[in-house]
Amino acid sequence: MEKVSTVTGIAAPLMMSNVDTDQIIPAQFLKRVTKTGFEDALFHSWRQDPDFVLNRAEFQGARVLVVGPDFGTGSSREHAVWALRDYGFAAVLSPRFGDIFRGNAGKQGLLAAEITEADVEAIWAVIAASPGIEITVDLLARTASVGEITVPFAIDDYTRWRLLEGLDDIGLTLRDEDKISAFEANRESWRPRTLPVKAS
Amino acid sequence: MGKTLAEKVWDDHLVVKGVDGAPDLLYIDLHLVHEVTSPQAFDGLRLAGRPVRRLDLTIATEDHNTPTLDIDKPIADLTSRTQIHTLRKNAEEFGVRLHSLGDIEQGIVHIIGPQLGLTMPGITVVCGDSHTSTHGAFGAMAMGIGTSEVEHVLATQTLPLTRFKTMAITVEGTLRPGVTAKDIILAVIAKIGTGGGQGYVLEYRGSAIRNLSMEGRMTICNMSIEAGARAGMVAPDQITYDYLKGRAHAPVGDDWDTAVAYWNTLGTDADAVFDAEVVLDANTLEPFVTWGTNPGQGVSLSENVPDPALCTDLNDRAAAERALEYMDIAAGTPMKEIAVDAVFMGSCTNSRIEDLRAFASIIKGQTKAEGVRVMVVPGSARVRIEAEAEGIDQIVKDFGAEWRFAGCSMCLGMNPDQLAPGERCASTSNRNFEGRQGKGGRTHLVSPLVAAATAIRGTLSSPWDLDNAPKSDDELVVL
Ligand code: SF4
Repeated sequence: MEKVSTVTGIAAPLMMSNVDTDQIIPAQFLKRVTKTGFEDALFHSWRQDPDFVLNRAEFQGARVLVVGPDFGTGSSREHAVWALRDYGFAAVLSPRFGDIFRGNAGKQGLLAAEITEADVEAIWAVIAASPGIEITVDLLARTASVGEITVPFAIDDYTRWRLLEGLDDIGLTLRDEDKISAFEANRESWRPRTLPVKAS
Repeated sequence: MGKTLAEKVWDDHLVVKGVDGAPDLLYIDLHLVHEVTSPQAFDGLRLAGRPVRRLDLTIATEDHNTPTLDIDKPIADLTSRTQIHTLRKNAEEFGVRLHSLGDIEQGIVHIIGPQLGLTMPGITVVCGDSHTSTHGAFGAMAMGIGTSEVEHVLATQTLPLTRFKTMAITVEGTLRPGVTAKDIILAVIAKIGTGGGQGYVLEYRGSAIRNLSMEGRMTICNMSIEAGARAGMVAPDQITYDYLKGRAHAPVGDDWDTAVAYWNTLGTDADAVFDAEVVLDANTLEPFVTWGTNPGQGVSLSENVPDPALCTDLNDRAAAERALEYMDIAAGTPMKEIAVDAVFMGSCTNSRIEDLRAFASIIKGQTKAEGVRVMVVPGSARVRIEAEAEGIDQIVKDFGAEWRFAGCSMCLGMNPDQLAPGERCASTSNRNFEGRQGKGGRTHLVSPLVAAATAIRGTLSSPWDLDNAPKSDDELVVL
C-alpha cells in the first residue's frame, strides 16, 4: 500500500446522502475474479445519466469525492472501496461513513475523512463557483483546503498512522518480518515442502 | 497443567504472541490453493507488487469447477472456465505448483494433500475452503480461511489468529458392522448442533476413533466445520505413521525418525483440561442419515422423521418445519420409506479409495434400482486410477452407475453435475443445505455403505436391509 500524506486533485461533489454500497457498486460486478479494474462499475446505474457529476467534463480525473452523510452503508462488500480506488479517488469527505466501509477504506489506502455537514456545504459552494477546482487533503494537519477555505476533518489515530506509514494488514504483519525469518530459520527439515529445495 | 494436542501445535507455530487482546501471529506450514477463492488474493499481491513468500509451502489444484466428463474439451460454463484459467495464469505468473485437470495429481484439494504426504502431524494447514478441517485427522491444525486471508498467507506465510477453546469429543466402544466414521460424525453434529462447536477446536478421542483408519478419521474431521468448529483433530499414532510413510512428500531417513519422535509428544497430556467435553457411545450407534436441510438434522436410519411440534426450542421448531417443507417429507415417515432419484458417491468427505471399496463391496454383482441415477466420483485422479486397477470402475459400470473423473462434482454443483429441481439424492457429501446440489434439489447425507444399499433398493437403506444381506459381519467392509 502506498503511503498517503496529502492528496491534491479535482474535487467532485456528490450532492446526496445515504449512498449505500449497492449504489457504489451493484451486485452484478461481484462475480469478477480480480481485485482491480472496477472503475467502470463505480456508481454504475447513475453513470447511465449523462448529467451525473462524474460524466461532466469539469470533473474528469477527480481524486476527491465530497459527499453528504452516511456514505458507504449497507452490504460489507470490499468492492466498493476497490471501485472508488480504481476510478482514481484517493480521498472521500463525508459527515458520516458506514462502519465497515470506513474499515475497508483504511485497509486499502483510501482516505475516508469526516467533516461537518456545514463544511461539506461550504466546499460544495466553492466547487459550484469554480467547477474543476482542486482540493488539498492534508492527513498530517487533518485539514482540507479548497479555494479560500480550510476545514478540519476527523480520522481515527490508528487509521491515520496506517495510511501515513502505508500499512495494510499484510504490511502490518511484515513489520515483524525479522521474527518471521527467525522462525523460518529454525523450522525443522522434516516439515512439508511442495517443491524440491534448490541447492544453494 | 498439561496441554492439549491443539494447544501444543498452536504454541509451536507462534511467531508473535498477541498482547492486549491482539491476535497471535502463527506460522503456516502448508497452504493449499484452488480456483474459487484465490483470484482476488493473487490480484491483491499484484496490486501491491508482492511475491508469494514461500512457493515451497504452497500448492494449487483445480477441483470445484472442473467437469467430470469430457475433461479434454473446453469448459462450457463461462464463469467456471474463467476461474480455472485465472488460476492457471496466476500459478504461472507467481510460480505456484499447480495440478490442472488431466494431471495425475489433480483432485479435490483435501484429498490431494494427504495423498501426496504433504499433510502430516504437528503442522499448520490453511486453505480458502471450509473443509480444510479434514487435514486435522493427522494431528495437524487445519483451518479454512477467507480470500483476504489467502492473500495474507501468500504474502507472509503467517496468519493473525485469535486463540480457540478446546472440546473433547470422546467416542468409546466398538462400531457395529455397517456403522462407519460418517455415522459417528453425523451423530455428533446431531447431538451438539450446527453451532455447538463454535469457537472450539474439537479433538476426537476414545477407542472408536483410535480404531478408525486414516480415511475414517478424515471423514470425521472433514465435517467438524458442520458443527461450527474452527478445526477438528485426532492425535497421531501408528495408524497415522503407516499411512504417511513412503508417500511422495513424507519425511525420509533421519528426518522421519526426528519427526516421529516429535509427533509422539503431541498427544494431549493426561492432566490437560478441555473447555468442554461430549461423549458418544459407539456400541449403540446405528447408520445415521439426515432428514432436513442442515447437517445437524439427522436421525438413525431405523427411526422416523421427527415431529417439529416436539421441538422445545421455537427457532429449532420453525427451522424443522421449513426443512420438512423444502424436503417434501412428512413428520413420522419412516426414514427407510424415503425413495430417492439419485445417489451421489463422492466429495472430500467420502471419495478416498477406502470409501470406493466399501461402496463397491455392496453393489458388486447387483443392479441399481430402476430410475435411480447413480454417480460415482473419485476424489482425485490417483484414486480413480487406483480404483480402476482394482476393477472398481467395472463393478460400478456393471451396476448401472456412472464412473466419472475426479472433482467436487455434485457436492456443490458448480460444474454441470447437479440435481434437477425437486430431485432427491442420497449423498455421501457433507452439506444438505437448500439447493446445495442444484437449485431445488433435496439432499440426504449418508455413509458410502448406506449410499450403496440405497442405490440398490431405491429407498434409504443399510446393507442389512438387502435381500442378500451379508450373512456375517466379515462380509461387510467396515470403515
Ligand atoms: S468436495 Fe464439496 S465440500 Fe469438499 S472441497 Fe469440494 S465443494 Fe467443498
